[in-house]
Amino acid sequence: MTGQIMKRNKEDNMALYSEKVMDHFRNPRNVGVIEDANGIGEVGNAKCGDIMKMYLKIEDDVIKDVKFETFGCGSAIASSSMATELIKGKPVSDAMQLTNKAVAEALDGLPDYKMHCSVLAEEAIRSAIEDYKKSAEKTAQQ
Amino acid sequence: MIYADNAATTKMSEAAINTMISVMNDNYGNPSSLYSFGQKAKEILEEARNEVATLIGTANPREIIFTSGGSEADNQAIMSAAALGRKNGKMHIISSAFEHHAVLHTLERLKKEGFEITLLDVHEDGLVRPEEVKEAIRDDTALVTVMFANNEIGTVQPIREIGAICREKNVLFHTDAVQAIGHLPINVSEDNIDMLSASAHKFHGPKGVGFLYARKGIKLTNIIEGGAQEKGRRAGTENVPGIAAMATALKEACASLNENAEILKKHRDRLISALNEIPHSALNGDADNRLPGNVNFCFEGIEGESLLLLLDDKGIQASSGSACTSGSLDPSHVLLAIGRVHDVAHGSLRLSIGEDVSDEEIEYIISSVKEVVEYLRGFSPVWRDLMAGKTPFIL
Repeated sequence: MTGQIMKRNKEDNMALYSEKVMDHFRNPRNVGVIEDANGIGEVGNAKCGDIMKMYLKIEDDVIKDVKFETFGCGSAIASSSMATELIKGKPVSDAMQLTNKAVAEALDGLPDYKMHCSVLAEEAIRSAIEDYKKSAEKTAQQ
Repeated sequence: MIYADNAATTKMSEAAINTMISVMNDNYGNPSSLYSFGQKAKEILEEARNEVATLIGTANPREIIFTSGGSEADNQAIMSAAALGRKNGKMHIISSAFEHHAVLHTLERLKKEGFEITLLDVHEDGLVRPEEVKEAIRDDTALVTVMFANNEIGTVQPIREIGAICREKNVLFHTDAVQAIGHLPINVSEDNIDMLSASAHKFHGPKGVGFLYARKGIKLTNIIEGGAQEKGRRAGTENVPGIAAMATALKEACASLNENAEILKKHRDRLISALNEIPHSALNGDADNRLPGNVNFCFEGIEGESLLLLLDDKGIQASSGSACTSGSLDPSHVLLAIGRVHDVAHGSLRLSIGEDVSDEEIEYIISSVKEVVEYLRGFSPVWRDLMAGKTPFIL
């Protein structure tokens, strides 16, 4: 898969990013904060130049709403945006299965050295869901 | 389109283009050929050499070796000094922490070959201290190499003072003047320079051409072996159209140097004072000792590549020291060398303006940068934490 993505980008030597990446970068979907989020995940660090924060509103095990904030390059912003689109309205169990490859593929590929941005998106969502599960467990215990 | 990346490359001047085309059309002979058509090309080549020599302040055109550009000239200067040093048991080289990679990577290679490299601190203002050069020189120092002006933050080094110290200590002195030549007055004799590297495309000449100045008596080591071109110091048929165009461009740049500098400084200082109004931002490098067209800022809480892409959408071409623009994980070694931490070094912007920029375009750049920085901060989790007081501001 990575090979395919790389090949596509080598062929497309007109631009660094695909049209889809640029679209999600220029018009990011689901940007912002959910004030009453019940799952929040933050991954990456400023030292490396990428931080993603995901806010989830989960009801009945379904992702009712998702928003993100990102500090990072074009592909980091586009990956966050695409990842939120891919999980919005989906059952939590589906969202847990989201892979970085799915994010990159949905963006029509990422340059090889930018693949870590899609990894961050996957990790941010997983971390937000885990946060939700933890607090759900706590509530159940109480 | 507003082209604000002249430190990366410049638009060729019309006169340089005309020179190039006319040589390509009318004088395509090989300067090494004996017949008159070849000798005409040789004449053009030597005229260009004379011109370049005069423009940088030497009367001896033999001291000019044409190369493929600045990187090759840097490589040749350093490898030559190293070879001379090795012969005399001098295995120490002094340079600065924020040199161009053409210098730093060549020094790394020499380190593997047994040389000891001292990289001088460039301090927060991006300036090498001459007294620190003096302290660093040892009996076994083969070379001091310090760039004339930095390519990212534009700080202009005290070259004449460093050169004087090297003369006094009898140590070879090389300067990578790629960013400076054609933009700042340079005179190799008065500035005490033994070797100097230059690249044509930074002063409105063509790409793929440059030169090395090497004072008479310095034995050069070849980087490219082959025929006897350039007095046997650089093989390969000379790029006659490119070389002739470089001479035209340099002549032009030097003729209007003061006038251009005045225009650029006015625009530069307007940009600096306006961008300083952006909260939690900082100019990188000394405000006064800097190239007339260079502006370089760090904006806290955002990342440089997204800033560049959005400016591009607004028709502004600029550059950044962010890791994401280089394909490595670390941000610019220049910004790290002046003490910027990773977190803010990722959010850097370099604007290198050209002489033809208008007042309106400068104001458009200012409003665009302000708008984009504010927009990106609007959904940056780093900025949120800073504003909430969760993490302290650095800038």
